[in-house]
Amino acid sequence: MFDDFFIRALVAGVGIAIVAGPLGCLVIWRRLSYFGDTLSHSALLGVTLAYSFSLNIAFSVFVISAVVALLLVSLQKRTKLAGDSLLGLLAHSTLAIGLVLIGFLSYIRFDLMGLLFGDILAVTTADIGLVWIGGSIILIILYFIWKSLFSATVNYDLSAAEGMRPEVSNFIFTLLLAGVIALSIKMIGALLITGLLLIPAAIARNISNSPRQMIVIAILSGILSVVVGLFASLEINTSSGPSIIVVALILFIISLVPLEIKGQLQKR
Amino acid sequence: MNENNSLLVRLKDCGVQKSSKWIVKGISLEIHKGKIVTLIGPNGSGKTTTAKMALNILKSNEGSIENYSTKMAYVPQKISIDWTMPLRVIDFMNLTSHINKDEIIEALELTGVQHLIYNEIHNLSGGEFQRVLIARAIAKKPDLLVLDEPVQGVDFNGEIALYNLIKEICTKFNCGILLISHDLHFVMSATDHVICLNGHICCSGSPKSIVKNSSYIELFGEHNAATLSLYQHEHDHSHQTDGSVKN
Repeated sequence: MFDDFFIRALVAGVGIAIVAGPLGCLVIWRRLSYFGDTLSHSALLGVTLAYSFSLNIAFSVFVISAVVALLLVSLQKRTKLAGDSLLGLLAHSTLAIGLVLIGFLSYIRFDLMGLLFGDILAVTTADIGLVWIGGSIILIILYFIWKSLFSATVNYDLSAAEGMRPEVSNFIFTLLLAGVIALSIKMIGALLITGLLLIPAAIARNISNSPRQMIVIAILSGILSVVVGLFASLEINTSSGPSIIVVALILFIISLVPLEIKGQLQKR
Repeated sequence: MNENNSLLVRLKDCGVQKSSKWIVKGISLEIHKGKIVTLIGPNGSGKTTTAKMALNILKSNEGSIENYSTKMAYVPQKISIDWTMPLRVIDFMNLTSHINKDEIIEALELTGVQHLIYNEIHNLSGGEFQRVLIARAIAKKPDLLVLDEPVQGVDFNGEIALYNLIKEICTKFNCGILLISHDLHFVMSATDHVICLNGHICCSGSPKSIVKNSSYIELFGEHNAATLSLYQHEHDHSHQTDGSVKN
């Protein structure tokens, strides 16, 4: 069944969309989209290191993203720069280091476009296992820390006062984010992963009125974007990542329509 | 009840230092079950910081903190919920523990906002949100309740009702309350122990003894001090709206 590359991409993509839904909602609620960008840009460095030392790509990306996240925390304590400046610094320098390293690895045939924007041809049967097993682990951990994470998102002090240990769940959340980036880099590409986290959650925000509803809609619109995007990618021969993101954008625009209608009705 | 069994929190010579400046220093206080301890003092005197030490949110840079509370509930002074999150009152009530729906409705009824249960938090007014915050803390049935200016933005009648509710909760659940309030009338008439802060403890004691204390008078002015000592009388009757005594 997984002989066909397209089926493989579809199965892996749906798995990624399911994991990206709840994490994407948290990224939106906590205003961490630029943080997600930084982690995913550093993923390119992870990929080149994986090739250099012949490591597993997902593992290497996960480690690098986690290191960058820790580096950010320690830099925030040591410097007087604002969070967004530090994020920019880390994002672009890790991306640059990654690209410089690729230059050194001239003996390996590199598909740079594939790394940056995703390549459905690259999804193997092993990748499907990785996405679904890794994704399940992420979701299970998320389930157990959810109350703490969610209450800290609403109000950190309140969560800390009422014994939710938000500092622990915040740390774990960062690792989970690094995890989902590691799982999706092959298919979506380093530059566009945050899009798959953010846009489905943004669509969901437009048409939902409770946190749970927002998560469910984010997952569903993520799946829809992946499925339609991959079909489009096959039909018109475009990179998989951009195709998925463009479909998500179209869904986002459609999701604005109910808001508009509601606004018009209220004016009357 | 044994004195030690009722102890919930004990701060001994605690203080918080931020970038070599002490925000508060030398704070000692005890909170017991069924008692209301209030912190009063001017802006920036370290009331919230003291409350956060009692709640274990802030670490004390000196002294020791003993905390025997098994369930704390907190009504923070300032809370802003990001509008990117679609949060209804009912979701907010369940924030840190699972509370069944009947109990949620009951708590919201106590603070008079049960009709807002399915409203989005963002659409509430300041006073309504404050009532929801108090209801959430009550619904948790805590043994220690910390209220940081809980009635800000609440209308005048509501303010009195909520203060009465706080007093009632204290006896009903036998929980200890740490209250930060600028309402000196309530503080002096209904609480058990008053701590007057200004970076350190200026004076502390029962409301009766506090109003006569010179550092209290200095901090709040003679006029206030005088009015409030007048307020200290036994209330054995209630009033009609026109002020006459109700039978």
